[in-house]
Amino acid sequence: MLGFLKQPVVVTAEINMNLVALTVMGLVNRFWALSYPRAVVFDEVYYGQFVSLYMKRIFFVDDSGPPFGHMLLAFGGYLGGFDGNFLWNRIGAEYSMNVPIWSLRLLPALSGALCVPLAYQILVELHFSHCAAFGAALLILFENSLITQSRLMLLESVLIFFILLAILSYLKFYNLQKCSPFTAGWWFWLLLTGVACSCAVGVKYMGLFTYMLLLATAGVHFWHLIGDQTLSNVSVFCHLLARGLTLVVVPVAMYLSFFYVHLTLLYRSGPHDQIMTSAFQASLEGGLARITQGQPLEVAYGSQITLRNVLGKPVPCWLHSHKNTYPIRYENGRGSSHQQQVTCYPFKDVNNWWIVKDPGMQQLVVSNPPRPVRHGHIVQLVHGITTRYLNTHDVAAPLSPHSQEISCYIDYNISMPAQNLWRVEIVNRESDTDVWKTILSEVRFVHVNTSAVLKLSGASLPEWGYRQLEIIGEKLSKGYHQSMLWNVEEHRYGKSQEQKEREVELHSPTQADISKNLSFMARFTELQWKILTLKNEDTEHKYSSSPLDWITMDTNIAYWFHPISGAQIHLIGNILTWASANVATLVYVCLFLWYLLRRRRKICDIPEDAWRLWVSAGGLCVGGWAVNYFPFFMMEKTLFLYHYLPALTFQILLIPVVLQHLTDHLCRSQLPKNMFSALIVAWFSSIYLVYRTFSPLTYGEPILSAAELRALRWKDSWDILIRKH
Amino acid sequence: YVTYISLFFFSWDETHFGKMGSYYINRTFFFDVHPPLGKMLIGLAGYLSGYNGTFPFQKPGDRYEHHNYIGMRGFCAFLGSCLVPFAYLIVLELSKSLSAALLAASILIFDTGCITLSQYILLDPILMFFLMGAVLSMVKYNSCADRPFSAPWWFWLSLTGVNLAGAIGVKFVGLFVVLLVGLNTVYDLWELLGDLSLSLVTLGKHLLARVFCLILLPLALYTAQFAVHFAVLNKSGPGDGFFSSAFQSRLIGNNLHNVSIPEHLAYGSVITMKNLRMAGGYLHSHWHLYPEGVGARQQQVTAYLHKDLNNLWVIKKHDSNTDHLDPSCSVEFVRHGDVIRLEHKETSRNLHSHQHEAPMTRKHFQVTGYGINGTGDANDFWRIEVVGRKAGKRIKVLRSQIRLTHLATGCILGSSGKTLPKWGWEQVEVTCTPYVKETPNALWNVEDHINPKLPNISLDVLKPSFPEILLESHMVMIRGNSGLKPKENEVTSKPWHWPINYQGLRFSGVNETDHRVYLLGNPVVWWLNLVTIGLYLLMATCTIVAIKRGVQLTVEFKELSEVLLHSGGKMMLGWLLHYLPFFMMGRVLYFHHYFPAMLFSSMLTGITWDTLLKFCAGCLSCSVGKRVYTYGTLALMLLIVYSFYLFHPLSYGMVGPMASDPNSPMAGLRWLESWEF
Repeated sequence: MLGFLKQPVVVTAEINMNLVALTVMGLVNRFWALSYPRAVVFDEVYYGQFVSLYMKRIFFVDDSGPPFGHMLLAFGGYLGGFDGNFLWNRIGAEYSMNVPIWSLRLLPALSGALCVPLAYQILVELHFSHCAAFGAALLILFENSLITQSRLMLLESVLIFFILLAILSYLKFYNLQKCSPFTAGWWFWLLLTGVACSCAVGVKYMGLFTYMLLLATAGVHFWHLIGDQTLSNVSVFCHLLARGLTLVVVPVAMYLSFFYVHLTLLYRSGPHDQIMTSAFQASLEGGLARITQGQPLEVAYGSQITLRNVLGKPVPCWLHSHKNTYPIRYENGRGSSHQQQVTCYPFKDVNNWWIVKDPGMQQLVVSNPPRPVRHGHIVQLVHGITTRYLNTHDVAAPLSPHSQEISCYIDYNISMPAQNLWRVEIVNRESDTDVWKTILSEVRFVHVNTSAVLKLSGASLPEWGYRQLEIIGEKLSKGYHQSMLWNVEEHRYGKSQEQKEREVELHSPTQADISKNLSFMARFTELQWKILTLKNEDTEHKYSSSPLDWITMDTNIAYWFHPISGAQIHLIGNILTWASANVATLVYVCLFLWYLLRRRRKICDIPEDAWRLWVSAGGLCVGGWAVNYFPFFMMEKTLFLYHYLPALTFQILLIPVVLQHLTDHLCRSQLPKNMFSALIVAWFSSIYLVYRTFSPLTYGEPILSAAELRALRWKDSWDILIRKH
Repeated sequence: YVTYISLFFFSWDETHFGKMGSYYINRTFFFDVHPPLGKMLIGLAGYLSGYNGTFPFQKPGDRYEHHNYIGMRGFCAFLGSCLVPFAYLIVLELSKSLSAALLAASILIFDTGCITLSQYILLDPILMFFLMGAVLSMVKYNSCADRPFSAPWWFWLSLTGVNLAGAIGVKFVGLFVVLLVGLNTVYDLWELLGDLSLSLVTLGKHLLARVFCLILLPLALYTAQFAVHFAVLNKSGPGDGFFSSAFQSRLIGNNLHNVSIPEHLAYGSVITMKNLRMAGGYLHSHWHLYPEGVGARQQQVTAYLHKDLNNLWVIKKHDSNTDHLDPSCSVEFVRHGDVIRLEHKETSRNLHSHQHEAPMTRKHFQVTGYGINGTGDANDFWRIEVVGRKAGKRIKVLRSQIRLTHLATGCILGSSGKTLPKWGWEQVEVTCTPYVKETPNALWNVEDHINPKLPNISLDVLKPSFPEILLESHMVMIRGNSGLKPKENEVTSKPWHWPINYQGLRFSGVNETDHRVYLLGNPVVWWLNLVTIGLYLLMATCTIVAIKRGVQLTVEFKELSEVLLHSGGKMMLGWLLHYLPFFMMGRVLYFHHYFPAMLFSSMLTGITWDTLLKFCAGCLSCSVGKRVYTYGTLALMLLIVYSFYLFHPLSYGMVGPMASDPNSPMAGLRWLESWEF
């Protein structure tokens, strides 16, 4: 019973001092003078605004990626007690005292530091010697670009950390697979792979590349498992299930949870509201919710409404009309109907109000009880201020001659009768008798006489139309493009019979109360879609570069420059490491092809074990480099040197792999082996020297003189800022 | 099976390719984004059948009247109808099963889309002909693999190469079939390498044979096409402006052909300046201003690819506004390093630059037209320099590579190659770049030169070599292709629409009374194809997992799985290669781009269903199995034929009310809202 008391309690601890030493070195190297400079450095200006918005709980949309990375940075700010009050508008601006810059930079620096022991572990798990593993960690440690990137409030180091973590945990899992599947450790590492992958994807979409690589590797390994006929069908199926669960289901769930937290944290309306749909905006506190709170839900005959175009491109806008008429002749000589203009106007205005009228009745007020408008009903739309009817006819539109002009009808007493009946078609209806609902319903207006559909063409009118957007009647309506859909944003039941009273009523704010609840999935889908489709206009940047420049590091990025002292921080790598990494890749590919072709002819240059090691290490490192690099050639967005860092990390891991292979298998006798080792030591010391030489540009101190700076310009294409005296 | 009706209208893209056929017959030079072979063949067919190249091909729906167009249409229709026997032979070769081959062939016979597409003067039937030809010969030489270096082996191998050259010579989409054949060859060589009974010398022979037949031969043929193209088109035509001055000097009728102009640039000369970048335009300006918010609101300066009066500029001295053409004035030549002013002839504004950002390339400065009647400010001064020349030397027309440096800011006049939006008439942006680099973007040459006071001298220095014009025409084609971007808010066809037959393409006729033809695949066939792709993936996965798990198969099933995995795999690969790349293309896409992929998917359908039926038959007892197999095949065939009967008006033309009208005979067939016939 109490047998365990008979033995003494013994704790045996085994500490790999290599690992400890590397971690400490990494921490020192990344945390050295972390809060210097106390100024906004490069993209901190970009991420900082989101951190502030998090602190203030204000909703935002960032098209550069999913929210997990921003959330981590904001968590740093939260730890430091940041209140979000800082104007992030200029690179180089001094931080005010309330910005806890050390804790804001804490997480990126920590993840950057942990990459060093991770690199060590990965090589050990790939069954390389501790020596090689130590070398890999040192290379990561002395890589200037990785240091710069991780000492600032930026996301790449966090991304690289999660990528390496995913790789390491997969390798641990795979090594456990052979001896002890379905044990606690096996499950732990498998689960950690999935979690790290989803974190990587959650920080930046670039993480997707490594995730795909791991999935492919897992696929190949599972394929070998299928071929293993000692396993029963059931256990193979269990393996498949376990992998599917941890590598697909868990990451997806994690990814959703990032958005859940994001949307829960950010509940206030803010600057990016406009790009979301009305329903989404109504779910945020303040903003549209304030206006729409308590609006009647169902649109009835006599309702006063504003109509927002669902597409929201090029800008979100509302159906609008004003006193001015279309010019009799356009600049190109075509004629118009000279009727009142109808446009789409991107600002809130009293002229955006329309009244829904029953064609059979004269009154413009809501009867008691209200008669709701349903799908398929025919209505007239009366412009609130001018009381003219929305009309279209067989006249070409001002800028889109293939479509019909939309106007507000003025009776000139000529042979052009009013054609102002419109059929309401609710596109997202559930049944054919659905009621037209505020905010929720997306509606098409189909003209009864000509079946033209009310549409936003996207073009802006010339001077006579005040550069507002053109509205047209599309005759051949293909499918349901969003530019033809409208939703009611503001809404109230009209009460005033007389035009004067009505104008007063239109000018007054709306009021009432019903809250619109959008489910999480609906909000997630919309936000995700917006993140993916939103395009940044500005595609030129002074420091943008093309992927071809990256391999040879032909460009650098000046991150920060002190206008008085001339201190500066650059994203500039350890050129020797970059060059060696390229050579290593080349050597690997050549040797691999050589071995492969020879093996096909049944000539084995290296033993089977060594070959398997060579393939798996290369597949991971070269594969990781390739998937993180080549896709950039097909991207059309603005690219920077820092996009290459994940690929570079993989490439660096390859160097010791190649070196160890060369010493083990190509140096046959002792003498060349020793010489080779001496060479490696010399090479390592020169890497350290290069690191020391460039460290003033990495850490921003000490401050260099102009001559010293000029001496650092090893390549003509490097942009190092030298002050003119 | 030749399903083609002589319509008296021509339609849609016929405006395009028919016109190009005419150009060949008239030997006028034109520019198109596709390589020349397809259009050359159309032109040849027209020429042989007596078409004289005079029909204007202006807008879709015009009547052909008395023009003899049957030859061109008949040629395309003939190539289109060849697809059926090709598919039959390919599937027969791959699966050794008659019914699979018949199934695949009948799918192509009774697909309304294929019929419509091959009825007209288009490049697609020609492309598909070569593509299928390449696949067929590849399959044939694969089956000759047991007798390498025999006559049939050589024949099919070199025929593959010929067909590849044909496919890629018609459209660049042909590259995908090159890729397919390439992958197949690599696999082939890999197998041979693993065969230890072959010596390295034999392997080398195999490799060389393939390099010769599949790389060198197609390259030679492809180059030959261009040689013929350039030889035939020797008259100046609408395509001139896209090419460099040197290129233009080859064309009879072009003002650079046997040119005779003043040799040295003088003050007062009227000139045009051509950007040296491949497919760079002429320096151009017009009466329109830059819109508000885009730099200063001054007159636009662009690069324009067409010849136009607005391309003319007058060289003036920077400090005086005298008319140098005044007979009292003596001639003064422009010299390297001079500071000049360029005045736009039509609008009398000076070429001007200042430190406002350029409209597209934000890092560069904006270039505008400024000043009234030649009076501007110090920002109108440019230093003219010739690359690799000493100061004080004269500047030669055409031959000198000129750089214009802005005096005030030190930036260099260049063309960024980016297309301006609508306000700039989609012409090319001209900027002043502060980054001093020797790129052709920043170099110009003087092309036209008018100066009545100087003697005209005949120049024939510009003869470019054949590799140069070949390279240049490719650059121009690639530029043109990537320039075909969808316009803003234009609803375009998306690749995911295609396999589900979501939306067709209106070929001719819009109104109720017109004879309307609508390009849409036979929905039954297409949906069958779509289902089959899923079915194939399922079957293939099951089979390979079963084999990997070591399930013992009977000989019969082993053969079936072989056909399924290898032959089906080839077709699947073909489908993927001809379909997936479109998702990554930024250019405008049309429904008909899917047809090459559709051919592969149809053959896959034949193979997959046949295998499935055989497998079912194999599981059942002998007599029942045979019956299941026969009835299954028959049922599929009947389904295809019946659906063709339903949908045939799509390709043979419909008259009467639109299908959206419930009275129309086609109303019941409008299965998807998005079909518009």
